[in-house]
Amino acid sequence: MKQFFTFINKEFLHVLRDRKTLLILFGMPVVQILIFGFALTNEVKNSKIVVVDYAKDVASKEIINKIEASRYFEIDQMLPGTNELEKAFETGKIKMAIVFPENFNSNLLHQNKAQIQIIADASDPNQATTLTNYASSIIADYQSEMNQLNLAPYRIQPQIKMLYNPQLKGAPNFVPGVMALILMLICVMMTAISIVKEKEMGTMEILLVSPFKPILVILSKAVPYLILSTINVASILLLSFFVLQLPIKGNLFLLFSESILFIITCLTLGIFISVKTDSMQTAMLLSLMGMLLPTLLFSGFMFPVENMPIPLQIFSNIVPAKWYYIIVKRIMIEGLGFASVWKETLILIGTTIFLLFISLKSFKIRMS
Amino acid sequence: MENKVIICKGLTKRFGDFIAVDKITFEVQKGEIFGFLGANGAGKTTAMRMLCGLSKPTSGEANIAGFDVYKETEKIKNNIGYMSQKFSLYDDLTVLENINFFAGIYGLSDAEIKSNSQSLIESLGIQDLADKRVGSLPLGWKQKLAFSTAIIHKPEIVFLDEPTGGVDPLTRRQFWDLIYEASSNGITIFVTTHYMDEAEYCDRVSIMVDGRVEALESPSNLKKQFNLGSMDEVFYHLAREAKRGE
Repeated sequence: MKQFFTFINKEFLHVLRDRKTLLILFGMPVVQILIFGFALTNEVKNSKIVVVDYAKDVASKEIINKIEASRYFEIDQMLPGTNELEKAFETGKIKMAIVFPENFNSNLLHQNKAQIQIIADASDPNQATTLTNYASSIIADYQSEMNQLNLAPYRIQPQIKMLYNPQLKGAPNFVPGVMALILMLICVMMTAISIVKEKEMGTMEILLVSPFKPILVILSKAVPYLILSTINVASILLLSFFVLQLPIKGNLFLLFSESILFIITCLTLGIFISVKTDSMQTAMLLSLMGMLLPTLLFSGFMFPVENMPIPLQIFSNIVPAKWYYIIVKRIMIEGLGFASVWKETLILIGTTIFLLFISLKSFKIRMS
Repeated sequence: MENKVIICKGLTKRFGDFIAVDKITFEVQKGEIFGFLGANGAGKTTAMRMLCGLSKPTSGEANIAGFDVYKETEKIKNNIGYMSQKFSLYDDLTVLENINFFAGIYGLSDAEIKSNSQSLIESLGIQDLADKRVGSLPLGWKQKLAFSTAIIHKPEIVFLDEPTGGVDPLTRRQFWDLIYEASSNGITIFVTTHYMDEAEYCDRVSIMVDGRVEALESPSNLKKQFNLGSMDEVFYHLAREAKRGE
């Protein structure tokens, strides 16, 4: 046991000596959270919108004036019909469109209710939500003003349509995504490289000739990264809580336990790569191309998996980050408990055991 | 028997059809400096790996420091030291950290680690380098340090796999002084080398050709036996018969 700690101590020295890598390890989560956080700012001013007014009556004019007067919107164009909308959105300049149907005012007067359609470009989901909320509240304002004068209350129903990204993916979802990405990067790549480095430097041979158990060599390599990554999880959560004001809705302990499980999954992946490769370059390429890219593409964090072709959807199931991403999202954002993530947890545990088993097996084969 | 620390009888290693090591038989006395020569691909490294307990022999017997290579590899590992042709200390750790680490994984107690590393540093006269990173030392120093570290746990036998590759003649000479010193302290030295002047320093040498030990004698007897003037010529005489290439 003492030998084990001697080894872990040495691994920590390696990690701490390499200042540049250390800076990246701790700096990366901070930078990523800040970039993602502030790129998705909530403050929206003078967004360009287009209006299609089929009604051209008193009520529609008044609402248009109110919208024009607000500091949130700037009417770029009045379009004659909805056919032109697509073109307008395609320029990328227009963030939202408001469509008044024919007989808007007379519907209000005679049926006491009328509809307005609000269409938003949801490729930036956060902005789209904000804009539609502003527009809805301006309309609600108008509605309550009108209702003060009337006995029978009017109801204007805004119908909101999100273009390009109907589920509004993105917004708070990037924190779980960044967590998956960073843990993947640190655990897989750093572990793989640090084990392969021993092979490349020739120190592995010395270690194998020593009475120190080979399996312990590998385990003690993983320990520093386990601790580093746990610190990273904590720092990401703190940042997203204090800087981005994103509350953690679910159980913090559960979130940490699941994160540690995913860290272990990644570590075994790193060990697996290191067993299979002999040079640091190969190990790095494999972790980048083989792990990081699928994490980005298939975890559902940047691109919705539901929209992918079926074969890719099936493929996404073998990406461990996908399951972790789902788990974190459910716990952190939806505030759900273990009952709703046990399946994903089981998948991660299974993957870990499987990877550990085959890496140890091929490690033994290489030894003889 | 007591004085024989390596006993090898008909030790063989096959990889499929390829016989890497073909029934080698030899014995090494305690405290002896045993040169293990052979061209590249002659099977030296494979033989050495079997003796270190890193790879299981296909057939034959071998006994290292009184332990069987099939059943007691763990005990063997506790009683041997090893230094490879690739330089093998950690560049990003200091001299002292390297020494303490290797002493630590051999399971030495804290008191032993302290006294052994102290005497190592003193005997090499590198008190002022103890807190320097190994990466900043010249290669010659690194190699001397690697050797001293390989025997920090006072093993019965130390295996040196081409320890002096790439260093200048002066440093090589100094390196061999360390080897002599270790041998006079009762540590058996098992060394492979490509430098025939180093072969002359050995008490006995074996020359491997195509997986077999073709000659096993003291350097002076070998020169007499083949009636040649230097170990270089003896080696060339034997190695040119080799069928295997690199």
